[in-house]
Amino acid sequence: MNTAIVLEALLTLPRGLILTLALTIASLAAGFAVSIPLAFLRASSNPWASAPVLAYTYAFRGTPLLVQLFLIYYGIGQLSLVRQSFLWSVMREPFWCAFIAFTLNSTAHTTEVLRGGIQAVPRGQVEAAKALGLSGFHTARLIVFPLTIRIALPAYVNEVIGMLKASSLASTITLLEITGLSRQLVSETFAPYEVFIVAGALYLLLTVLITQAFQILETHWTRASTSTADATSMSKRAPKPSLAPRELDAELHHRTAPSQTQQ
Amino acid sequence: MYGFLDQFILGLKNTLFVFFLSCALGTILGLLIAILRNSRRKPISASMQAYTGVIRGVPELLIILLMYFGGTALLSAVVGRYIEINAFAAGVTALTVVFSGYAAEIFRGAINAVAPGQREAAMALGLSRWQVWLLIIIPQMIPIALPAFCNLCISLIKDTSLISVVGLTDVMRVAYIGAGSLRAPLPFYLAASAIYLTLTTLSLLSFRLIESRYSLPLVKG
Repeated sequence: MNTAIVLEALLTLPRGLILTLALTIASLAAGFAVSIPLAFLRASSNPWASAPVLAYTYAFRGTPLLVQLFLIYYGIGQLSLVRQSFLWSVMREPFWCAFIAFTLNSTAHTTEVLRGGIQAVPRGQVEAAKALGLSGFHTARLIVFPLTIRIALPAYVNEVIGMLKASSLASTITLLEITGLSRQLVSETFAPYEVFIVAGALYLLLTVLITQAFQILETHWTRASTSTADATSMSKRAPKPSLAPRELDAELHHRTAPSQTQQ
Repeated sequence: MYGFLDQFILGLKNTLFVFFLSCALGTILGLLIAILRNSRRKPISASMQAYTGVIRGVPELLIILLMYFGGTALLSAVVGRYIEINAFAAGVTALTVVFSGYAAEIFRGAINAVAPGQREAAMALGLSRWQVWLLIIIPQMIPIALPAFCNLCISLIKDTSLISVVGLTDVMRVAYIGAGSLRAPLPFYLAASAIYLTLTTLSLLSFRLIESRYSLPLVKG
C-alpha cells in the first residue's frame, strides 16, 4: 500500500460522487414514477393490460444492463432517424444515454417490486374501500398505493442499492463517476489496489448510509401503522423464482422472519 | 453479420464456462462462509459477516477491475517476478467472490430456518458435528434456499457480461467487436440481448423444474 496514492485517491474520487449520485437518484426517481402506473397494469387481471408490461419487465430483467447500455449508447445513436432529429442532441451525450438505460432497467425492476406489493395488499382492504363508495382511482391512490409502498419497502431498498452499484457501468461509456475516475487514476498511477479499494470503500459507505436511512423510514412507518397484518401476510407467501436478483434480500428477510423459523 | 456466428458460439462457450465455474466455486465458498458464520467463536462469525457485507456493498464491476488489475500486481509481489493474470482467471475469481457473498447470506437464512430441534435430535443421537451438517442440516436447507439461489444464478449469468470489460471473449465482447468492425452496433447488441435472454429463460425454466422436485413438503400460510 502506497499512502501517497491512497491520499490522492481520497482527494480525487469524491469528485465522482456527484455524478454517481446524480445518475442513481435521477434514474431511480424517473423509474419510480413510470413504474407506478405500470405496476398497476401488471397487477391487473386483464391480460391485455398485464401482458405487454410483463414482456417489457421480462426483457429488461433478463438481459445484462451492460448490453442495454451499449444498445442505447452505440446502437440507437447510429440510427439516421435519431441522428437527424432533435433527439440527437440528447442521445449523443453519454450522460443521457446512461440515464435512459438505467431508467428503463430500474423501471422494470421497480414495476415487479411494486406489483408484488400491490398483490400482497389484503383483499378486504380493497373491498372495504369499494363498500365505502370510493372510485377505482381513489381506491388505488388512497388505499392500495400507501399499503403497497410499505409492503414493498424492503425489496425496494435492494433496488436502490442495486442501482447505485449499477451506476458504475457508466464508466464503460466514458463517464467519470466514481468508477470512471478510479479507472482513470489507475491508468495514471499504476496502483490498482490503492485506488480501487478507496473507490470500493466509497461505495460501501453509500450503501451503508442508504440501508440505514431506509431502516429508519421502515421503523417510522411500522410505528405509524398499528396493524402489522399487511407485513406478515407477505412473509407467508413462498418466494417464487424470478429474474430479479435485487428482490433477493427481501426473500431472505422473509425467510428468516420469526413466523418461518418455527416450522 | 453471419460471419460472426462462429465468434458468437465461441463467446457463448466462454460465457457458459465462466458461469458454471463461478457458480460451482461460489456455491462451495458460500456454503463454507455460511457455516463459519454460524460459528460460536465471535471473531470468525464477525469476519464472515464483514466479508458478505463488503462484497454486497461494492459494485461487481469494481471487484472485477480490482481482481484483474490488482491480481497482476499481487501475484507479481507474492512470487517475486512479473506474472500477468488473464481476464478469464480474474473474472472467474471476481464472480466467485461476488457469488459466494450473496450465496452465503442465502444459505445462512436457510440454515437458520431449519428447525433447531433437528440439530438437537441429531446431536442426541450421537452424530458428529460434520455428520450433523452433511446429513441433517444441509439436505433440509436445500429446498428453503432454492428460490433465492435461482435468482442469484440468473443474476450471475447477467454479471458474466461484465468480464468483457477486461477483455474476455464472451458473448458481450463478441458483440462489441462485431459492432465496431462492421459499424452496425444495433444488430449485434440485439443479438447479444437475445442470447442472454435465452440463457436466463432457460435457467429460469430449469430451476422451476428442479424446484418442483425439491419443493417444500409443508408450506405454511
